[in-house]
Amino acid sequence: MIPAADPKAGRILLLACGALAREILAVNQANGLDHLDLQCLPAIYHNHPEKIVPAVRDAVAKYRGSYAKIFVVYADCGTGGQLETACRDLGVEMLAGPHCYSFFEGNAAFAANDEITAFYLTDFLVRQFDSFVWEPLGFAKYPAKFDVLRDMYFGHYTKLVYQAQTDDPSLTQLAETYAGRLQLPFERRFTGYGDLETELTGLT
Amino acid sequence: MSDEDEIILSELNDEDLVAQMFDDLYDGMKEEIEESVNILLSRDWAPYRILTEALVGGMTIVGHDFRDGILFVPEVLLAANAMKGGMFILKPLLAETGAPQVGKMVIGTVKGDIHDIGKNLVGMMMEGAGFEVIDLGINNAVESYLEALEAESADILGMSALLTTTMPYMKVVIDTLIEKGIRDDYIVLVGGAPLNEEFGKAIGADAYCRDAAVAVETAKTFVARKHNQSGATA
Repeated sequence: MIPAADPKAGRILLLACGALAREILAVNQANGLDHLDLQCLPAIYHNHPEKIVPAVRDAVAKYRGSYAKIFVVYADCGTGGQLETACRDLGVEMLAGPHCYSFFEGNAAFAANDEITAFYLTDFLVRQFDSFVWEPLGFAKYPAKFDVLRDMYFGHYTKLVYQAQTDDPSLTQLAETYAGRLQLPFERRFTGYGDLETELTGLT
Repeated sequence: MSDEDEIILSELNDEDLVAQMFDDLYDGMKEEIEESVNILLSRDWAPYRILTEALVGGMTIVGHDFRDGILFVPEVLLAANAMKGGMFILKPLLAETGAPQVGKMVIGTVKGDIHDIGKNLVGMMMEGAGFEVIDLGINNAVESYLEALEAESADILGMSALLTTTMPYMKVVIDTLIEKGIRDDYIVLVGGAPLNEEFGKAIGADAYCRDAAVAVETAKTFVARKHNQSGATA
């Protein structure tokens, strides 16, 4: 009897941060990357980097038998080099760079900017500002203490940079509103998908 | 709430007032903490006693509940802000009244990094534990640490980083201390969200401290050991 062909043979699984799902699908669609499947881990791990490495390890163990290759669509993302170590142990590749703000802008350009007092928002973070920024930082729960908390979190920031992956005036307007709420000067910077697109289109 | 339900801090006895201060710290009530500190001072409590029994005692509960996932960062920051209010009153009085001095720490966030929430908490809790703290603020180059360590004759160097891209700078500082032959003159403690114990060892720090409470206990242990060693070799 001839065994049935493995439906996943030759396919690559993108094991990704949920905060990148929309962007990854857009890149795949725009470039006809039909050999890439997407599986996301919870986007809120963006705020809890300590959860990323164990979750990636579990997911790689779960899916590796079903795919020719797994590519981890996380940069370091606050894991202090531990994700890179884990990926090396697991024999899987991952995105280069420290975080999404860097690879959207292009890792080389971001490093060259040396913009240490900028607070960044991406398309995703603009859409999810309340649940990823405003509420976790306590601004919703403690409105009377806004000034205290704002100064403690943002006292050293000098601007909010909205790194736009897409041209969407409604997101730009929202981002500017959020800059106002955080009392930071606003700057919009179109990045497109940056190194994310370069890396995904290079996967074979 | 009716007037009858309002707590008049000055009418509480000492024990109840300290218990109320624990609650007020937990709830981030800065003005109430300041008022209570002044009440205890007026009752002839030594500043150091107010600091340790009321403020540090209260913050210890906050620290435990943060560690156990009951409180989160905003609550800890508001509690710290309340404690800061009390510390502001006590700090000038501590020196005047001969409060015990455990050691001196130079602390700062490393070059390229502007995040200081953790560093500020550590500094405050170290002060609460009787250390003198020289806070260099954020974005510190190696020269800044070295100058302060020498000028202040510090016992401890504390370095903090929040970014994976900036944490390697701690090794630059430690390597410079080694090059200058002064590494063993200082206890080097490091901390920050992306760090771990392995990293602390790899860069040659004496210890990685996962939170402010651990930093205080680690500092106390190392300072006691250092004093014992100096005593043994004297």
